[in-house]
Amino acid sequence: MYDSGKIIPGLIIFVLFITIPIWYNRGGGTEPPQPVLPKDAKSCVLPVAEIRAKHMQLLNVWRDEVLRDGQRAAITVDGKKYPKSLMLNCMKCHTSKKQFCDTCHTYASVRPYCWDCHLAPVE
Amino acid sequence: MDTNRRNFLKVAGLTTLAGLGGTAVVDRLVTGAGVAQASAGESHDTEQAALAKPGATRYGMVIDIKKFHQDPSLGEKAVHACHQTHNVPHFPDKRDEIKWIWMTNFENAFPEQANLYQNEESATKKLPLMCNHCDNPPCVRACPTKATFRYDDGIVGMDYHRCIGCRFCMAACPYGSRSFNWRDPRPFIEHINHDYPTRTRGVVEKCNFCVELVQAGKLPVCVEAVGDSKALVFGNLNDPNSEIRKILKEKHTIQRNPSLGTLPSVFYIV
Amino acid sequence: MFEKALKGNNYYWMWLAFLGFFIVVAACCYLRQYFYGLGLTGMTRDVSWGIYISQFTFLVGVAAGGVMLVLPYYIHNFKAFGRITILGEFLAIASLLMCMMFIMADLGQPLRGLNVLFHPTPHSMLFWDMCVLWGYLLLNVLCGWVILTAERKQTHPPKWIYFFVYLSIPFAFSIHTVTAMLYCGLPGRHFWLSAIIAPRFLASAFAAGPALIVVMALILKRVANFDAGKEAIDKIVTIITYAAIANMFFVCLEFFVGFYSDIPGHKHTLQYLFFGLEHHGHIYNNLVPFMWGFLLLFLVGIFLLACPRTRKQSDLWLGIGCASIFLAFWLDKGIGFVLGGFVPTPTEEIVEYYPTFNEIFITIGVWAAGFFILTILYKIAIGVEHEIEA
Repeated sequence: MYDSGKIIPGLIIFVLFITIPIWYNRGGGTEPPQPVLPKDAKSCVLPVAEIRAKHMQLLNVWRDEVLRDGQRAAITVDGKKYPKSLMLNCMKCHTSKKQFCDTCHTYASVRPYCWDCHLAPVE
Repeated sequence: MDTNRRNFLKVAGLTTLAGLGGTAVVDRLVTGAGVAQASAGESHDTEQAALAKPGATRYGMVIDIKKFHQDPSLGEKAVHACHQTHNVPHFPDKRDEIKWIWMTNFENAFPEQANLYQNEESATKKLPLMCNHCDNPPCVRACPTKATFRYDDGIVGMDYHRCIGCRFCMAACPYGSRSFNWRDPRPFIEHINHDYPTRTRGVVEKCNFCVELVQAGKLPVCVEAVGDSKALVFGNLNDPNSEIRKILKEKHTIQRNPSLGTLPSVFYIV
Repeated sequence: MFEKALKGNNYYWMWLAFLGFFIVVAACCYLRQYFYGLGLTGMTRDVSWGIYISQFTFLVGVAAGGVMLVLPYYIHNFKAFGRITILGEFLAIASLLMCMMFIMADLGQPLRGLNVLFHPTPHSMLFWDMCVLWGYLLLNVLCGWVILTAERKQTHPPKWIYFFVYLSIPFAFSIHTVTAMLYCGLPGRHFWLSAIIAPRFLASAFAAGPALIVVMALILKRVANFDAGKEAIDKIVTIITYAAIANMFFVCLEFFVGFYSDIPGHKHTLQYLFFGLEHHGHIYNNLVPFMWGFLLLFLVGIFLLACPRTRKQSDLWLGIGCASIFLAFWLDKGIGFVLGGFVPTPTEEIVEYYPTFNEIFITIGVWAAGFFILTILYKIAIGVEHEIEA
């Protein structure tokens, strides 16, 4: 092999570089997030497993229905009415963005741009 | 008959057909939804009615300039209520300016109605300007992502989630109704309304006719703010029995630059 | 073939480093703009497009100008252009990449740029502009590369490529027509609302683009031992001359319509651009020097190109003539046309635009990046030419 003196160290550096996340967090791993659930609300618009997995899609659907199609009527789940709104519905029960939204989002390293415009409740 | 001539006729025929089809396509492209053309000779009013998009509802507003002239505080109230409700920022530097509704002179609102001998009141007092919520909006035509669009009820809305900030709509708007977030607006909102979002930097914004209230059966906040003065009247232009249509029937009103064919839904009583 | 760009003399590397310096400065300035917002530019709600979009508009023309070499060679079989059509195609690639960089620099939300694809909107001219610009870029990359590869192997290019070569000709016209339609379809902007915008754009493009190619060819003759051939240069200069005169004819027509009809709205922008516009006792005239510079440079350029002595006897005068035409039309379209169109505003106010340093450095950096790409592409093309000759 030509230039093996350059190629092999180069390859090693490359492999080390792209595996940074693995050896940087070696062994440890962080605690799974513990979002604080609202105390006085017992139900949500979807069952827990579903809302946990699909809240982002639901919010996008609501956004398009309300803002683009003008379908602003509240939805009814188990006889209870919920407006289709992040600020006027979700955050009325989940009153703390820090203790609810951010715990998982930080853990999963996602930065939803909701909060660039939408206002979190005052804490 | 030689073949050349036959071929020529074939080609000519095909080209004509393609041309006709082409214009139909262009018409659809341009108007977005294939608007019926008014026949010549009809009065201005019926012409507009024929051009207007069909539908049960088309929201519009009548602005009584006289009442704003008599009571300048009305204008302040309307602007303040709007900007407060919608978290419209106030920047110290005019270059960053954002406005949804603002007070201006007659000559700026109606430059095509230039008059050398203006009456004193028109020359000195101010009147409100806002988005015209055109029935045939050039901004909607220009937007490359449908971030600005027309609701079925005639309101021209903005989807701030989708806007890429190309500002084509600002160049297209013939009324200067649109503003751009040149920088993060949040630090410049004096009193945050926690029931309405702010905007992020890099998107275009404008008056939305309070679509969030109107589609929930309420009145726009500027209309509420001027109270019973009837300086601003909001209603359904497609309902012949609505209050706004009664006013339009009784009083002579003008629209901003109607010659552009944008069909504004905001009317002014001079 | 890329290896040809990796071997060069000291001047080659110094030139790339020089351009690289401006690219790095621009990258830093862009990061500032990215994190602050477009408020770092001189644009306002009244002049909502600035030098980014005006450079974009001009460069679309430069890209389209390359077709003035492709068309005579492939349609009219004008053999003398054989050696330099590749220069036109590669110039189009570099110009289009600059166009895209300017568009990205101008977006308020650059990360959402793909929304134009996710929500295609055929009634928006920007959507069509994106389609034709990408189309023309890909066609030029494909045709340039395939033909250069064939040339290197000293074989005929494959037959199928001619389909794309011929296709690229209407695309060249369409990129600038659609770019003109961005402006001339907007109601309420009198200066832009003119059916002559598209032909005028094409005329100035067919002068400015080939003018840059001549300048490049003359430089390459000195620094890279690449001779485009006298016949080819002569023919391009003829094309430039006619196209430049056509553009000025269209400008005169704009003046006639504005001033003979005497409709204020039709005159205002022309007055603002060439004489300054008085409004409430203040004269607004910050673009006047640029527009008179445009006229002056055009006259100098057209004289040098039209006069046989200066055109034929000295490469220097020929180069200066072409550079003058290029600069003149840059001032016309890359400064005056876009910025002037916003004056006066729809509410009859006058707001003047002054670009900020941050904005200017980004603009310079994008131009530098374009010339960086162009240098590399030309290095490859000429490397292949020399290889065949050797």
